[in-house]
Amino acid sequence: MADVLTFTDRGIYCPAGDFYVDPWRPVDRALITHGHADHARPGMGSYLATHAAAPVMQHRLGPDARIETLGFGEARQIGAASVSYHPAGHVPGSAQIKVTVKGQSWVVSGDYKTVADGLSEPFAPIACHAFITECTFGLPVFSWTPQDILATQINDWWAANAAAGRFSILGAYALGKAQRLLTTVDPAIGPILTHGAIENTNDILRGQGITLPHTIRVTPDTNVKDYPGALVLATPGAMAQSWARQFGQASTAFASGWMALRGVRRRRAMDRGFVVSDHADWDGLNSAIRATGAEKIFVTHGYTTPFRQWLSEQGFDAHVVSTEYTGDAEDEA
Amino acid sequence: MKDFAALFARIDESTKTSVKTAALADYFRNAPDDDKLWTIALFSGRRPKRTITATKLRAWAAEAAGLPDWLFEESYSIVGDLAETIALILPVPNAQSDHSLTYWIDQITTLSAQDETARRAGILAAWDMMPTAQRFLFTKLLTGGFRVGISQKLMTRALAQATGQDEATLTHRLMGNWTPATTTWVELIDADDPTADLSRPYPFYLAYGLDNLDELGAPTDWNAERKWDGIRGQFILRGGEHHLWSRGEELMTHRFPELAQLRDFLPDGTVIDGEILAFADEKPLSFNALQPRIGRKTVPKKLLTEAPVILMAYDLLEMDGKDIRNDTFTTRRNHLENIIKDAPNTAPIRLSASVPFDDWDTLTAERQRSRELHAEGLMLKRHDSPYLSGRKRGDWWKWKVDPLTIDAVMIYAQAGHGRRANLFTDYTFAVWNGNELTPFTKAYSGLTDAEFREITTWVRKNTQQKFGPVRQVTPHHVFEIAFEGINASPRHKSGVALRFPRMLRWRKDKPMSEVNTLDDLKDMLATYG
Repeated sequence: MADVLTFTDRGIYCPAGDFYVDPWRPVDRALITHGHADHARPGMGSYLATHAAAPVMQHRLGPDARIETLGFGEARQIGAASVSYHPAGHVPGSAQIKVTVKGQSWVVSGDYKTVADGLSEPFAPIACHAFITECTFGLPVFSWTPQDILATQINDWWAANAAAGRFSILGAYALGKAQRLLTTVDPAIGPILTHGAIENTNDILRGQGITLPHTIRVTPDTNVKDYPGALVLATPGAMAQSWARQFGQASTAFASGWMALRGVRRRRAMDRGFVVSDHADWDGLNSAIRATGAEKIFVTHGYTTPFRQWLSEQGFDAHVVSTEYTGDAEDEA
Repeated sequence: MKDFAALFARIDESTKTSVKTAALADYFRNAPDDDKLWTIALFSGRRPKRTITATKLRAWAAEAAGLPDWLFEESYSIVGDLAETIALILPVPNAQSDHSLTYWIDQITTLSAQDETARRAGILAAWDMMPTAQRFLFTKLLTGGFRVGISQKLMTRALAQATGQDEATLTHRLMGNWTPATTTWVELIDADDPTADLSRPYPFYLAYGLDNLDELGAPTDWNAERKWDGIRGQFILRGGEHHLWSRGEELMTHRFPELAQLRDFLPDGTVIDGEILAFADEKPLSFNALQPRIGRKTVPKKLLTEAPVILMAYDLLEMDGKDIRNDTFTTRRNHLENIIKDAPNTAPIRLSASVPFDDWDTLTAERQRSRELHAEGLMLKRHDSPYLSGRKRGDWWKWKVDPLTIDAVMIYAQAGHGRRANLFTDYTFAVWNGNELTPFTKAYSGLTDAEFREITTWVRKNTQQKFGPVRQVTPHHVFEIAFEGINASPRHKSGVALRFPRMLRWRKDKPMSEVNTLDDLKDMLATYG
């Protein structure tokens, strides 16, 4: 029996349908799980993504990119393969892609998390024969703070700074993490200012009907002193630049799964590190994999070597495949 | 423990000293006395001894988490810290507790005296009632590896803010041989008589390295002497008893028993700052001769003959029981000369001679002679300076000789710990030995964070083999290694051991074919060893 998907130097390939999933070299036909730069790369002949993922992709890839869309759960025949997209819970519009050929179903997870964040369509496990999974945080030291405790931690930090008349600068990735934090915090505490790169994404998401709290874009004309005690959402890059200096003696924090590690926290040299990720933690990965019922598991990026060995010891037929996905690279998010 | 964990988090996560000091002062105002005492003890390096092996702890933690040992080790190599790895992999606690810091330290002492079954049960139960941050600290205390990113100076400042006492007085009170078992908060901090402890040393005055001779002004304002290459020590003679303190506030009286003779020659109520040197025929021996005596609690006769020590005296802090640190250096030095001039030649004490000079050129030439005299360079002290405490700029400078250097290629890399966990910062270097590369030293400091990040990315892509946490990498990158001295060492494959090796610069301009050879190292050993 031929494999439904194969692993090539351009990306994950389906011979029966002659298409690629999240390829990293230009190909004619690309099925895309979500809009992050390591999964949706420029130069493809055509793209297929969910309705909800397409607007951000169009913005990032430019107006010439040919993007077709489909809804979650909608089946589409491509050549001899049947294809459908299912929520991955990673960012709004992110999908797992299920490919079925002659009764054999394989699922490509893209990036995913198993807990609901109140913003992305919640992750749904899909029964399959083979599951191609990320394992960015595939070590047992990663266990995320529950969403309600996280909300309390961030709100308490912001409220204390606001009371002391300080800005609270929170660093987060522009697509996904930033909006998740926006829907996590309590807007009653004070105004929320955003860096332009984040606000661009906010505009697109609002445009497709996603509700986000009121935010104020920081432009060169903004007098930030008009918003004392504000929460400032910034990209990781902007936090290190002169842009951040206009907020004076602000308290700084960073939101990322890597904040679980003291060494990384201290290296970031922020006042606070909030442990929050849009990837699955150790328990999330294990429960997601078990829920698929798949016997064959391929791990694509993250702590692949130990995670594969762990899966083998749990009785799975597990393999590492080499890809160019970066997951949650520490420098990014 | 909850409050202590919160304090630790605030100190650990912030890089602003004002935030750290305020957090600590706040804690000192509110915590119970016994917790405050333990906090001072822990923050000044008075850690409880490790009583339970790390091997046991990791096995128990892996078992409790339902993980195989190899996966624990894999996690440890990423996290870079044993206590943190344990704290992170353990399952969510089933219970809660609000025991104090002191309670848990006492608990550790109690468990240490019990058999293994009881220890295991006690520790598992403790882990199961603490959130991650508390677990981490509790485990740090168990492994004896507790460290915190705040200097003793800042802690003392916070204590001064919280108690309203003078910082200098508190600095003095915190010195000495106490542990929470031998004193109380009231005795240590609040009691009236700070001189009750006859063994209590003064804080050492530490010099900064000199970067520019021009800033010093007139040569006539300065006294120069050799910077001796031994162990800094403070010799105290009070009430007929003597004590010898190291700069790290360790009591080393019994390691250097020959200094007991000084009780016969020096007046009571004397405190001298000086250098412990191995010394024979009126000349200092090299630091290598002293090395075997460091870290030994008792000294065999053979060593006493091979490496006899003296106190090379350079300052007088107390005379006739009176603190004279505010007198000028010249005055203190005159007193010092008077006190030791009558001691016979057999007494293990010498005055650190002044190096005469009229202009900076003469002194520059004198500095070049340092290595042949087994000195590290020169010390410059302003004639009218008081004896300050801690590292201060302006009145005292150390002017060390330039280090020895050698170009070498990196062959192994290992992740660092603490702040550098997850970054490859500890490297092993090799030089050519014919057509082979022979490792000869490790080094882990001297590069910027940006350079460490760059190398880390490179190491991940250029790993040839992994040996646990150590990665063998493609030999490629060349570094200039600086070091202070070189000794013969039969334990090392290269036959040499370096003192204070560190990376002076990353030689991106140099191909690995041009690094130095083992013969070059052996020549240096012949010249400077």
